[in-house]
Amino acid sequence: MQSETKARVDQLTSPAGHPVTVLRFEGDIASTSKDAVLGTYQGLPKETAKLILLDFTKVDYINSSGIALVIQLLIEAANSGQKVYAFGLSAHFTKVFTMVGITKYAGLFPSQAEAVAAL
Amino acid sequence: MSEFKSTTVEVRLPSRMGFEKVAMSTAAAVAKLMGFREDRVEDLKTAVAEACINAIEHGNRLNEKLSVGVVMSAGADSLEVKVIDDGTGMRKQPARPDIDRKMHGEEGPRGMGMFLIQALVDEAEWVAGKEGKSSYVRLVIRLDKEA
Repeated sequence: MQSETKARVDQLTSPAGHPVTVLRFEGDIASTSKDAVLGTYQGLPKETAKLILLDFTKVDYINSSGIALVIQLLIEAANSGQKVYAFGLSAHFTKVFTMVGITKYAGLFPSQAEAVAAL
Repeated sequence: MSEFKSTTVEVRLPSRMGFEKVAMSTAAAVAKLMGFREDRVEDLKTAVAEACINAIEHGNRLNEKLSVGVVMSAGADSLEVKVIDDGTGMRKQPARPDIDRKMHGEEGPRGMGMFLIQALVDEAEWVAGKEGKSSYVRLVIRLDKEA
């Protein structure tokens, strides 16, 4: 029933010259998304992937189990000295992420361009 | 629809993760017919999905022989949604999730469903069923029609 979560990794360079790793998600973010969300994140080289952008542009449904996976990613990133940002959330999920406090640990931006420009 | 007549829509879900989306879509369709604003429909969708996930996972413990009942009662100015399972119901409300405690490993990353439900609808109550069956959560979202 849940739409499979797909994830892919892109590399960008910010205008300030910093390498940025983008995790692009597609489908639902739910309890079945552990490999796509945490597995993809854990496959990144921790020495070089210091700025991480989460792309939710193609995600329609995120439930509390999916939010918990994002929090687990943030915990691991904080323990590895990485900074995490996100973009592409709908107005509703921007509100939900704010309500649960994720915005304290991951800056949210409306678009990739605005996120990359700020890094 | 200029005059909305009170009506009831019922859905019965298998206790399998993912089927909460069926109830979520049905509730959204009813709310749209009633004239709810898009942002309130989104609030309702998340609240109904989380209530169904709790019923599937905690109430019916993923037992596919049990089903989750979802009863949507549309009135003149509000929509009530009851999500019914075969569990014993909530004994106590869980503590409000704390992102700082989660980030520092002092509480688990999960446990946000009930908080989201309460935050997104106008009323939410958890009712334990008699003899440990037919417990339900009752959600109410009030109509604030678009101008």
